[in-house]
Amino acid sequence: MIPAEFDYTAPESLEDAIGALKDGGEDAKLLAGGHSLIPLMKLRLAAPTLLVDLRKVPGLHGLERQDGHWRLGALTTHSVLEHSPELGIVSAVAATIADPQVRHRGTIGGSLAHGDSASDLPAAMLITEAEVTLQGESGQRTLPAAELFQDYMTTAVGEDEVLTEIRIPTLDGWGHSYQKFNRRSEDWAMVGVCAVVKASGQTCQDVRIGLTNMGSVPLRATAAEAALRGQELSDENIAQAAEHAADDTNPPADLNASTEYKRHLARVLTRRAIKDAMAAAG
Amino acid sequence: MTVTDAAPAGHVGRVLRRKEDPRLITGRARYVDDISLPGQLWAALVRSPEAHAKIVSIDTSAAAARHGIHAVFTGEDMSDLGGPLPMAWAPPGVEVNNPEHWPLARGSVKHVGDPVAVVIGEDRYAVNDAAEDVIVEYDPLPVIVDPEAAVAGGPFVHGQFETNKVHEWTLSGGDVEAGFAEADVIVERRVVNHRIAGAPIECRGVLADYRAGSLTLYSATQVPHFVRLFMALLLGLGEDRVRVIAPEVGGGFGQKLQVYGEELLACWASRKLGRPIKWIETRSENMSVAHQGRDQISHVRMGAKRDGTITAWHVKILADFGAYNMILTPLIPSLGAFVMGGCYKIPNVQTDITGVFTNKCPTDAIRGAGRPEATQMIEVTLDQLAHELGMDPLEVRRRNFIPKEDFPAAVATGVVYDSGDYHKTLDKLLEHVDVDAFRREQEELRSKGVYRGIGFCTWTEICGLAPSRVTGPAGVGVQAGLWESAMIRVHNTGAVTVYTGTSPHGQGLETAMAQIVADKLGVDPSVVEVVHGDTSLGPEGRDTYGSRSLATGGEAVARATDKVVAKVKSIVAAELEAAAEDIEVSGGKFSVRGSPDKGMALADVAGVAYIGAVPAGMEPGLEETTFYDPENFVFPFGAHACVVDVDAETGKVSVRRYVAVDDCGRPINPMLIDGQIHGGVVHGIGQALYERVHYNDEGQLITGTFVDYALPTAAELPSFETDRTETPSPVNSLGVKGVGEAGTIAASAAVTNAVIDALRPLGVDYINMPLTPMRIWDAIANSQGASPEGGTQP
Repeated sequence: MIPAEFDYTAPESLEDAIGALKDGGEDAKLLAGGHSLIPLMKLRLAAPTLLVDLRKVPGLHGLERQDGHWRLGALTTHSVLEHSPELGIVSAVAATIADPQVRHRGTIGGSLAHGDSASDLPAAMLITEAEVTLQGESGQRTLPAAELFQDYMTTAVGEDEVLTEIRIPTLDGWGHSYQKFNRRSEDWAMVGVCAVVKASGQTCQDVRIGLTNMGSVPLRATAAEAALRGQELSDENIAQAAEHAADDTNPPADLNASTEYKRHLARVLTRRAIKDAMAAAG
Repeated sequence: MTVTDAAPAGHVGRVLRRKEDPRLITGRARYVDDISLPGQLWAALVRSPEAHAKIVSIDTSAAAARHGIHAVFTGEDMSDLGGPLPMAWAPPGVEVNNPEHWPLARGSVKHVGDPVAVVIGEDRYAVNDAAEDVIVEYDPLPVIVDPEAAVAGGPFVHGQFETNKVHEWTLSGGDVEAGFAEADVIVERRVVNHRIAGAPIECRGVLADYRAGSLTLYSATQVPHFVRLFMALLLGLGEDRVRVIAPEVGGGFGQKLQVYGEELLACWASRKLGRPIKWIETRSENMSVAHQGRDQISHVRMGAKRDGTITAWHVKILADFGAYNMILTPLIPSLGAFVMGGCYKIPNVQTDITGVFTNKCPTDAIRGAGRPEATQMIEVTLDQLAHELGMDPLEVRRRNFIPKEDFPAAVATGVVYDSGDYHKTLDKLLEHVDVDAFRREQEELRSKGVYRGIGFCTWTEICGLAPSRVTGPAGVGVQAGLWESAMIRVHNTGAVTVYTGTSPHGQGLETAMAQIVADKLGVDPSVVEVVHGDTSLGPEGRDTYGSRSLATGGEAVARATDKVVAKVKSIVAAELEAAAEDIEVSGGKFSVRGSPDKGMALADVAGVAYIGAVPAGMEPGLEETTFYDPENFVFPFGAHACVVDVDAETGKVSVRRYVAVDDCGRPINPMLIDGQIHGGVVHGIGQALYERVHYNDEGQLITGTFVDYALPTAAELPSFETDRTETPSPVNSLGVKGVGEAGTIAASAAVTNAVIDALRPLGVDYINMPLTPMRIWDAIANSQGASPEGGTQP
């Protein structure tokens, strides 16, 4: 619980932060809430030589609605998301993260850049088809969330880039649900399923299903989505579609869940998520 | 909820807010980590990443050369110790294989976390950085983790014994084989009571200061007096030269009932370097090296007649002790054996215990220590017996309860239970729980696919450790008398200081003891200060564990106060020209019976006692000491019920309701009792559903953080419902019994029985703890003939 030695800086502009990151070399890390990085440092599983704290950088906080999108600053805390129900599925997902203390410190940008597929927000970014903005020394680029998550705790964020902003389509008229399965309310998801459903009468106009902790990256349950899209939202159809939720997944086993148990949970939770999302859509 | 009897006349029996809480709540309490001494150095330990290995070499040069590092020591450097770490159980006629256990390993390591070197330097960061530079070359040896494999053969944890067996011990009463011959039904089970951690919120910590021939040790311990004794013995110091202080201690749960290598190491290094040495344990260390508990695999057999009368109960316990015997390790399963018959009149009871070494952290006492394991075995087996007999499980319990007329009741194991009225607690429980209504609701919900279950546990236990003649060397074999002391000092002003030999660490004893003293001396509890946890203050003591502090320490306080009262009465009698036997305390004054207007407050009496105008022949002063050795243990009991919902699709259990009716004799402070029950029940629910220490086959700890070691939080728990019955103990004048372990002893069985009750319609009739979602999912799939898609979990 005693981290190795490191330097710390809290620059007051994005430009300075990017500069500090570049000067710090490959062992420099951004601090954007610290609720993933600091525990790893205390266990000496991570030993960055420099922490570049983003907390004083202006313009990275808060949310606003713009042209059919929500624009979220990367340092917007989980707590702010939780208390912004207009964000729909993103708000519902954020409300389940860890405990209130963590939600008050942890940030969406920090969580996405950390790239842990057991975290709740990444799968929600997939199903909302969000985009992230990355700012580096040489300029800015925008990436769909689907291209952000590359492997276990590995993202497309470059070594001297800062994830500054997340743009999320508003998804007005969609119902949503997050079914997070864990042993204790503060735990990471053993498996989580987030779903958004757009219904036209009793017909499924569109559906998107995201899987948390079902592989090295967050996943879309595309086979289940395809099975339901355009179909009548009957119990039977939903159940049949949900049977495909774990297709092509091979989640690693851990102490409390085997691969097959996780696959089973994904199917059960998908069925529940779709039904719940329909109910939410009215 | 509290019992609504007539309000008591004095402070005893009343809810009084804890005297301890203001300093705790406002952050003014002083724990070891809050204490610093001039010139202190910090220590960090280099610990083995291997579960079993020969130490080939240790290169400390790079670490020692680092800036701020004063010394690096290994086991070789500590050859001047008076002996290895203590194991204090030497029962007559029982052979116990007991390997040497040193503060720093000598030659080999036996479990992950075994310390091999200590780095001492100027700050905590410097020593932790330097510890990474100590190069240890290990030659790995074969690892054994599974106790059933370990007892069957090698590889051996300690090669010199040519076995992993530690000891064998049997306690029996009656003739179990004859009992089984009489039985119409016999139920057998393999009951696994898995390993759990103590997990106090404050980890361990020490600060040792040896100067001018005297040693002061601050330690986060439950047992400062035992620690003083062993520091003196192992360092070759007189006990008069050793002072051990347990300042505020943030929970123990048995984990801090220990004499630890880190304590000895810090004292030794302080003497060696002439500087105070501080070591504060990290959570990672606490999870991997502070002693753990339970870890028993038992084959149990219960026989009964068709009418539900239990005729025989035979338990064979395989107890996994891990890599070493700690201070009481091999005794722990025996504590369950004494009460293996539970609250039932079973004529033939036998417990066979085999202890075994494995390459894991040692086990020792954790809250309940042997008795939760015993209760789990009894209560889950009894439920199955009822099921097989087609009887109501509560009816089987009632049929076998020891009737209240039998008390004091000698049970088959030879133990004499002090008092009990088991029907009364169960009756009280059923005032809160309408079982018939529950069964109707359960039936209705099942038709909707909701699996709700109710589980009961009726239990007793043995605590209030302990009568020295029973537990001492000639009895059970603990190498210590377990009496308790108290000293009462009335000051000039009438304020009172109580010195107790117990060492409370969260229980609320400062408040309970003040209530006892206040009534006897006619003062307010706010002017009664209770001092504990410092071996240089007050008489020799025997510390806090085994739900003993009120039943032994509280009684000692009562008796010492009675001595003070006797002297007060003599002084008052002389002042008021009356007979001492006519003096009584009422309305805050000592006065002549029948003349309450004329009297003396304690402050007035103290004035007389200290000015010296005491009656001729009487010593001045107002201070008395007592050593109290109980005649018997005390045996609290209770009836608990738990209601759960099981999600049959996912296997997840939700605790909907938990009702605890406990009888711990006469209540001193009902709120403290509720607090102990709440905490104890959480501990039991935690073991049943969430907590598990797990090692993989290589002996690596998988559950080393609070992410993986799943302590339940408020979010997982219902609001507890508590109630009491009051059956005084005849053993002590207060009529009290212990309550610190009660909830833990009862809860895991109540939860397990509730889950099984929920799942019976799905064909599940037994699951071992922890009742994790996947385990339940597996059990449902297996019972329905379908093979679960996954394997069983490790």
